[in-house]
Amino acid sequence: MKAVVTVMPKKSVLDPQGAAVAQAMDHLGLPHVGKVRVGRSIEIELPEGASEEKLHELCRDFLSNPVIEDYELEIR
Amino acid sequence: MKFAVIQFPGSNCDQDVIHALRSFDGAEAEYVWHKSESLDGFDAVVVPGGFSFGDYLRTGAIARFSPIMKSVKNFAANGGVVLGICNGFQILCEAGLLPGALVRNRDLHFICEHVKLRVENAETRFTKAAQPGALLNIPIAHGEGCYFADDATLDELERNNQVLVRYDGVNPNGSCRNIAGICNREGNVFGLMPHPERACDPLLGSTDGRVIFQSLLS
Repeated sequence: MKAVVTVMPKKSVLDPQGAAVAQAMDHLGLPHVGKVRVGRSIEIELPEGASEEKLHELCRDFLSNPVIEDYELEIR
Repeated sequence: MKFAVIQFPGSNCDQDVIHALRSFDGAEAEYVWHKSESLDGFDAVVVPGGFSFGDYLRTGAIARFSPIMKSVKNFAANGGVVLGICNGFQILCEAGLLPGALVRNRDLHFICEHVKLRVENAETRFTKAAQPGALLNIPIAHGEGCYFADDATLDELERNNQVLVRYDGVNPNGSCRNIAGICNREGNVFGLMPHPERACDPLLGSTDGRVIFQSLLS
């Protein structure tokens, strides 16, 4: 069992990394891209029967910072 | 007054803070390793700058779970003085001892330079030795020093005079409302991105940082 946690900066938070990537894409031959946002993906190998509730708690308190980021948890 | 200077793996301003503190009459300072669980015998805590745990995940995100942080939280809850500088400020925000968060600088660069700070509130135990509105020449050295909080939080900070220092003139990192340092509602926890300990000796080009420590000691 595997969890994939995707952490993205909140829409209200300035994402200068995303802006820099968008600009570079323009230079690299793909002009006029819309907004680019850079986040983080975390893969976790889970033991059998891992608590989803606990995972959400860790996503909220540790893997993301709710002041600046949103997360999505997918269990595969 | 006896200061605890917390050392995490990756702290790198701990020695500077100790050196600065020991230059003041009446100040004692000792290192406290992050795995320690006790702050017994200390009158104040400094969480110094650096790159605790390599800044992995987010700045301060791992350090906030170190064993000593439980004691720092209790210490703060009992009215103890806690000062977080640079990475220390980031850790205090992550730990929920201060509102908001520090994110990547607006222009993405790591910035290491002297900035001008304006003392916005000189009636706190961290700033009372300064003149209101005084301009301090203190260096910054950070890649993630852009202070962010939602508008409601920022309004509340302003209303309660919790913004103690602001960047004057140039905002180096894109911080909301030019904020360089804030304290908690109770006024006993203060975090700032600039490094007052690096402006305590004329050899380093400025002694304006001394006013912060003088305030605590007076």
